Amino acid sequence: MPFRWLEDAPVSDAGFEAWGQTVEECFRSAGDALLALMVANPEAVRDLEERSVAVEHTDLELLLVRFLEELLYYKDAEQLLLRVRHCSISLDTEPLRATALLSGEKIDRDRHWLSADVKAVTLHRLSVRHEEDRWVATVVVDL
Amino acid sequence: MALPAVKGSELRKKCVQVGPATWEIPPDAKPGMRVPARIYATPELLAQMDDGVFEQITNVAMLPGIVERAFCMPDGHWGYGFPIGGMAAMDPDHGVISPGGIGFDINCGMRLVRTNLVYDEIREHIRTLVDALYRRVPAGVGAHGLLKLTDDEFAEVAVQGARWCVAHGYGWPEDLERTEEGGAISGADPSKVSRRALERGRTQVGTLGSGNHYLEIQIVKPEHIFDPAAAAIMGIDRPYQVVIMFHCGSRGFGHQIASDYVQQFAPLMEKKWGIVLPDRDLACAPFRSPEGQAYFAAMKCGINMSFANRQVILHRVREVFSEVFHRDPRELGLEMVYDVCHNTAKLEEHEVGGQRRKLLVHRKGATRAFAPGMTDVPAAYREIGQPVIIGGSMETGSYLLRGVPTGKQAFFTTAHGSGRTMSRHAAKKQFRGKELEQQLAARGIYVRSVSYGGLAEEAGAAYKNIDAVVAATTEAGLSLPVVRFTPVGNVKG
Repeated sequence: MPFRWLEDAPVSDAGFEAWGQTVEECFRSAGDALLALMVANPEAVRDLEERSVAVEHTDLELLLVRFLEELLYYKDAEQLLLRVRHCSISLDTEPLRATALLSGEKIDRDRHWLSADVKAVTLHRLSVRHEEDRWVATVVVDL
Repeated sequence: MALPAVKGSELRKKCVQVGPATWEIPPDAKPGMRVPARIYATPELLAQMDDGVFEQITNVAMLPGIVERAFCMPDGHWGYGFPIGGMAAMDPDHGVISPGGIGFDINCGMRLVRTNLVYDEIREHIRTLVDALYRRVPAGVGAHGLLKLTDDEFAEVAVQGARWCVAHGYGWPEDLERTEEGGAISGADPSKVSRRALERGRTQVGTLGSGNHYLEIQIVKPEHIFDPAAAAIMGIDRPYQVVIMFHCGSRGFGHQIASDYVQQFAPLMEKKWGIVLPDRDLACAPFRSPEGQAYFAAMKCGINMSFANRQVILHRVREVFSEVFHRDPRELGLEMVYDVCHNTAKLEEHEVGGQRRKLLVHRKGATRAFAPGMTDVPAAYREIGQPVIIGGSMETGSYLLRGVPTGKQAFFTTAHGSGRTMSRHAAKKQFRGKELEQQLAARGIYVRSVSYGGLAEEAGAAYKNIDAVVAATTEAGLSLPVVRFTPVGNVKG
């Protein structure tokens, strides 16, 4: 798993550090972490439906927030649990832009072991950084 | 220009006791503080508070326009920007509005419903009741309600709140009289809410959510009626009486409204308004600015959606009890006691330095507790003060309190719950949901949860002692206990 839970996340909430060799992989790992917070067996989420995402922001960290919020949006508005498939991020445009193809399926309480419903992606400890040979994001979510 | 940070552990040492269960950190404790920071707690509760509380409540004391003090209630713990349990009154003309002072879950709150039933009458039906409530009040990740609303209808809900529900058959007119703001705050404007927020919330009216949100069947043990006269006025009038209490908010709708405006305010604060604060989560806007007014109008939509959410849940509770007991809900006495908000900012009139002033009162994980005689207290309760509903953990119990005149010191505000002491991560490591469910069953509490992991996170031992929190509010003169409730059935997300 290209992410780990933050042991020192705020008492009421949860957080994770997600990484990848590229910024795209890092965003995808962050999406996987968000899914794993909500479903204890994310491997059970099948690829039955596709959605796409296109978000913009001048700030890379807030771009990640917007990106993850799209996953929360589909979870609430369409009851879809989605994984990031193909992701593309342009770091040399103004504003920065992330597009992605998502795939997953409707929530099924019999097969998906639901855990915490994520309310919001917060700005607390938020960071997206390039460290030597990888990109790392730190995200804290409100539960 | 960044302000030098002062550690919470240092600020904790600067707390001076200024009254019973009342502590203050003076404004010279940290550069930038405009007013003192006051924390209500017994010495034990103060010791249990995490360092973040001290850092955050002194940050709140830096906000432009803050009046008198920043306050933290005895159930205080770390939050985003403000601590949970934080409260600040702002001068509306010179002060700011901050989503971090309200919380992501706008108008998260509590509703309490009485019945004519006593424990012996429901004992055999607890499982049936809880299972039926679990089906009719959807909970957990991505839960959507049984109410199908069009975009236009949802926009009406955002303006009319619980009034919309009652007008469409989901409740009784008298429910509105017993809801803060009559179930609909004026000035809500859905045009200030993003499309994303509207779409996240549209399917969620009548759902519980997850985390610490729950719906509980509780009983009143005779030894737990502390103020029989006030209890009787609130409809709690027999030993082992059955009540229903639930805790939830504005779901994805409110969460998205808060997120949208935090992201809008954060980059503008210094650049546009010259506001420098030590924490990005304290993002705020001058209340009178177009941005501040837009958030205020959007946030009110969140308040109204939450009132509607709890109103529809009440309707489902009545349906379930009526079906299980084959009696009309009126005959069962399923009357609302009260509905309180604990995540809002509202314009209220208060006395400051001998003068009446309009203030923008932020309460985040803090409950309004108006005193006897105040005009916004429903007529039925005007003699005894506003009812305050405080939820404990699912294991320990909950309280009904009332507002008192001495609450004036904190702009008539009290605690909202017991407050966590252990992180969700740690609780999940320490407790097992399945075992907890069995232990609770052995103690006569039947629990239905969407998630065993979620159940473990809500273990009673992860929370402060609710009795201690209530005792601290009493000692400090913020509110008085009326009744304590004991859980017998619980639905959680």
